Amino acid sequence: MPVEFRKDLFADERDDNLVEIGKPHIRQDILGHVTGRSPYYDDHLFDGLLHMRCVRSPHHHARIRSIDTSDAERANGVVRIIRPSDVPQNMNTLLALLNFGRDDEPLLTPEKTGYRGEPVLAVIATTEAAARDAVAKVKVDWEELPHVLDVEEALKPGAPVVNATYPNNTFDYHDRYDHQKLRFGDTQAAFTRADHIVEGEYQMSPIEQAPIETCGAIASPETNDRFVCYTSTQALFFSVAVSAKQTALPSSRLHFIGGTVGGGFGGKVDSHHEPLAILGSMLTGRPVKYQWDRAEEMQVGAPRSGERWRIKDGVMNDGRIIAREFTGFFDAGAYTRLTSYGVQKCTGHLPGPYTIPNVASNTYCVFTNRTPSTAMRGFGITGVDFSIECHMDRVADAVGIDPIELRILNAYRDGDMKAHRRTAKNCALIESCQVVAQKSGWALSHDAMAQSSLIGGGIGWRGEIPETVIDFAGEIGERRSNWIDPEPYAGAKQRELVAAGTENEHPATGNAPQREDMVIEAERLGFKVSDGPPNAMPVPGPAPATPPAPADPPIPVAPVPAGTVPPPPAVPTPLNGTGAPRRSTGPGPSLPAAARGAPQPPQPTPEPHPPAPAPVPEPALGTPRPAPTDTAPPAAPDTAPAAPEPAQRPPRRPGVSRFISGPRGRR
Amino acid sequence: MKIPVTFTLNGTEAAAFADPGQNLLELLRRGLGDLTPKFGCGQGTCGTCTVLIDGEPQLSCLILAETAQGRDVRTTAGLANGPELHPLQTAFMEGFAAQCGYCTPGMLMAAKALLDRNPSPTRDDVIEAISGNLCRCTGYEPIVEAILSAARAPRHSTGRPA
Amino acid sequence: MTLHSGRGFACINYPIGMNLGGDPSQALVHSTPDGKFKVALSAIDLGQGMKSVTRQIAAEALGVPIEDVYVDTADSDTGPHDMGSFASRGTHRMGNAVIRAAAEARAQMLEAAAEELEVNASDLVTDGRGNIHVRGAPSRTITVEETAQAAQFRQGRTLAGRGIFLVPMSDVDAETGEMTPVSCFAHAALIVDLTVDDETGEVEVTQINSAYEVGRALNPKLVEQQLIGGAWMGVSHALYETTEPYYPDRAHGPEDFNHYLQPGPGDAVPHHISILERPAQDAPYGGKGPGEMCANPVIPAVANAVYNAVGVRCDSLPITPEKVLRGLRANGGARPQGRR
Repeated sequence: MPVEFRKDLFADERDDNLVEIGKPHIRQDILGHVTGRSPYYDDHLFDGLLHMRCVRSPHHHARIRSIDTSDAERANGVVRIIRPSDVPQNMNTLLALLNFGRDDEPLLTPEKTGYRGEPVLAVIATTEAAARDAVAKVKVDWEELPHVLDVEEALKPGAPVVNATYPNNTFDYHDRYDHQKLRFGDTQAAFTRADHIVEGEYQMSPIEQAPIETCGAIASPETNDRFVCYTSTQALFFSVAVSAKQTALPSSRLHFIGGTVGGGFGGKVDSHHEPLAILGSMLTGRPVKYQWDRAEEMQVGAPRSGERWRIKDGVMNDGRIIAREFTGFFDAGAYTRLTSYGVQKCTGHLPGPYTIPNVASNTYCVFTNRTPSTAMRGFGITGVDFSIECHMDRVADAVGIDPIELRILNAYRDGDMKAHRRTAKNCALIESCQVVAQKSGWALSHDAMAQSSLIGGGIGWRGEIPETVIDFAGEIGERRSNWIDPEPYAGAKQRELVAAGTENEHPATGNAPQREDMVIEAERLGFKVSDGPPNAMPVPGPAPATPPAPADPPIPVAPVPAGTVPPPPAVPTPLNGTGAPRRSTGPGPSLPAAARGAPQPPQPTPEPHPPAPAPVPEPALGTPRPAPTDTAPPAAPDTAPAAPEPAQRPPRRPGVSRFISGPRGRR
Repeated sequence: MKIPVTFTLNGTEAAAFADPGQNLLELLRRGLGDLTPKFGCGQGTCGTCTVLIDGEPQLSCLILAETAQGRDVRTTAGLANGPELHPLQTAFMEGFAAQCGYCTPGMLMAAKALLDRNPSPTRDDVIEAISGNLCRCTGYEPIVEAILSAARAPRHSTGRPA
Repeated sequence: MTLHSGRGFACINYPIGMNLGGDPSQALVHSTPDGKFKVALSAIDLGQGMKSVTRQIAAEALGVPIEDVYVDTADSDTGPHDMGSFASRGTHRMGNAVIRAAAEARAQMLEAAAEELEVNASDLVTDGRGNIHVRGAPSRTITVEETAQAAQFRQGRTLAGRGIFLVPMSDVDAETGEMTPVSCFAHAALIVDLTVDDETGEVEVTQINSAYEVGRALNPKLVEQQLIGGAWMGVSHALYETTEPYYPDRAHGPEDFNHYLQPGPGDAVPHHISILERPAQDAPYGGKGPGEMCANPVIPAVANAVYNAVGVRCDSLPITPEKVLRGLRANGGARPQGRR
């Protein structure tokens, strides 16, 4: 199954003449892998190694009346039992490192457990078998509590409180809301003028990362009064920081060694093994291994979150999606871990790779009495992408359009304004669709094959932030006392408008501060860029692209592969585009006039452009931009590149994010 | 009470004391310091602890250490002939048949057992031979291809017999 | 029993280099006396190829052969701070940090060579084979090894560099969700062919065609590894995997691989991959991390293909035979949606 490289596409944006980049070198670590000598954390031998296993709750939700460890303490080989009171700083939350969220999870739980498998004691013994036997001898007197396992049940007023730190069963966003909002335009108004309303509900399953190496760590006293920790972590300094906090050791006394890990897929970020193993080593003075067995990995280890999504689209007869609303529930389980972050990552991803003028979402990080969930490959995105793409097929069905053509019609393009209010660039969705359709023999219309990510984006409404309806529903605690529907806008007490605008303070990349001594030679980075001087942090073009006046759209230019590379016969057909008008777009009642024609097909272009004297293509053809010479960054390489001036941002007012574009308030 | 166990490990006499109930994987790793077989599940379902006992692929996590007494045990540590890699190892390297590498030792031993008894396996033979070995990274295809390519390699027959 | 064929499509984009956490990456590069370079990182290689890709990046940025670079990862005593390998940040963040560290080391190397050759450093180029020479005059040359020796034993100069890559943390607006979440996007579009057995409800994926846009394939074979393995995982997610088969009920949770199902080597699906490369300006050599996104399009494409085959919409994962059969029963049998 050979892999095909479509070097003909975007060839004018790449310099392919690099020395080492792009070469199929064998892996640096491969000899270790095939000889079995790659040093995973468990491949380090220690004399007198002790083994740790945890006593775990058998209930979804339970209070500990009492614990009797007397039999376990007398059991063969038991060296030490670690109790919650032995942990110097028992409470933590992973994202405390970023000041995001409150400490809500104990390393060992003292009073009330929130999920089946939650650890309450750790037993250290001379062999793993002895540790298992001793764990079985610990007698816990449990008082079972009512539990809640469904995300929407957990939002209801009478639901049991899962996590006392968040008594509303939802993560607190911005100290104000029980969910993260996204508001762009006015979905409600758009629904009223849509030809079709398409709704769907989708359910992502919890999924185990299932690395073949289970999670674990070995800690041992090291010389010079330190502790060495061999670990399977996929986040070394996350684990260092969490361990330093929970063991109350300065990080200078911790020596972490890892980096060679038997698969992670997101399941090795949570940093529970390292602090427990170090604590065990502190309390026994001996090397201690804490390793999950496979059953723990599958049922105690944090899985990918079960996510539930509801999507509602307003669609025109011609297939244009003019409004999309999401209601999303991430099942965090009993503790936050990374789910609060996943919700925000996901919000920034909506509405998927499409340009939709009205978008709203409410997304919840919900606590339930199940194993806490965490990151997994595609974290925050996989579940909603499943939902969006199943929904796109529903939309295609509803309006009777080919599913791929529907995607191309609605695809985002360079210069389009995304719902999180940053300009799209470097898009390639349309080309990906065309390539796969072509190679699979899935026939697309000439018009669909003629579209391009480089053309037609950012024109008129596509490049602007629309006037946006916002609301203040779902304040923390409101839902529990006075049930309101989780849907966007439902039950909104107040609404306000945020003015339309085009303000886009930062390029979508954000800005990487650069020190002079790390200035890189831009011409050696493999980009074919305009003839401007090297920019330490190459950002395409002078920062934010300003959309043109709708009356003056740029002349679209067909994306022609570099003149020196004749396109193979299999190339999608932009070159012989006839300029035939795109299928009738129908009346889009309240869209600006310019929107109806856009995206436009490429203008007829004479076949291949004569080879340019020097390849000076713009990175984003068709993206409107001022003349490069006027706006090029300072030429002197020793001048620190000017970052956009933060002072130009709107002044920060209480309760108003400095990231808000434009003024707002009641109109 | 410790149980003395002696067997041949990669062609050399090996002796160790096993704890009652200890499995062969533990004895190899902690008792004899051969860290090439890995622990993946302890349930006999992932295959990364696969070793050859008298030429047959066996799951060392399910085998009582003392039952290795007097047998011929081979692990990935004995696959290369000094600095000279076994054709399977070369094929895995060049075929990008490993990512995290954690399943690789078990895969190599399962594949070696196959090639030792069937130097010219079909694709289906290869699939059957490694169907007890899980890999979470590669999607298996590069591994199957690497084993087939090793079987075609000219030096294959010079691999030391089990 | 009838086998129904179906074809399904999905396309996605994926955020590369999240900066909602504002987490930076750092790298250190230094030369041995004979002109070989060591790169010290705290990034983790969990199979994705972190060591290998940063090695190639360092070699390219330094202008030396890859054999002359070794990457050491994840010893907290020697590797500078890095948050970790997650959120498609490894190649993006660490790659950029390595470029910066290598750039500083390269500048030192060229200064040292310039002193030996008695020219301006700005007139020097590397040939990628271990030599430094005057631009346009290949005969005026010095090896990297000689340069390192001169620098370290005569000039008192280190050939070393420090790199950090930081995109400041983005705030998220409470009312509108405005944010600067990400550095760039990778893309994928994918078509799945499969069959559905209307008697057993079993789905068998028979072929995948895909187009993945990865910015730049920094190492095409490592990209291929991710795409093949990732698509396999996508099929596995779509049809088999769950820790809670009757979610939200916690019953029947698997505790071993006999009950946690995944496709085996005999279930490998022919997968025809096309790779597109539209380099992202802020990514190292334009390369976007391909590893996380590659399972995502497979899952909805399978669901859409099942609908195409038998007219059953499986909106809840995984798409088990039980769910397909229940759907068939509710519809009164298979309703093929037509060939694509």
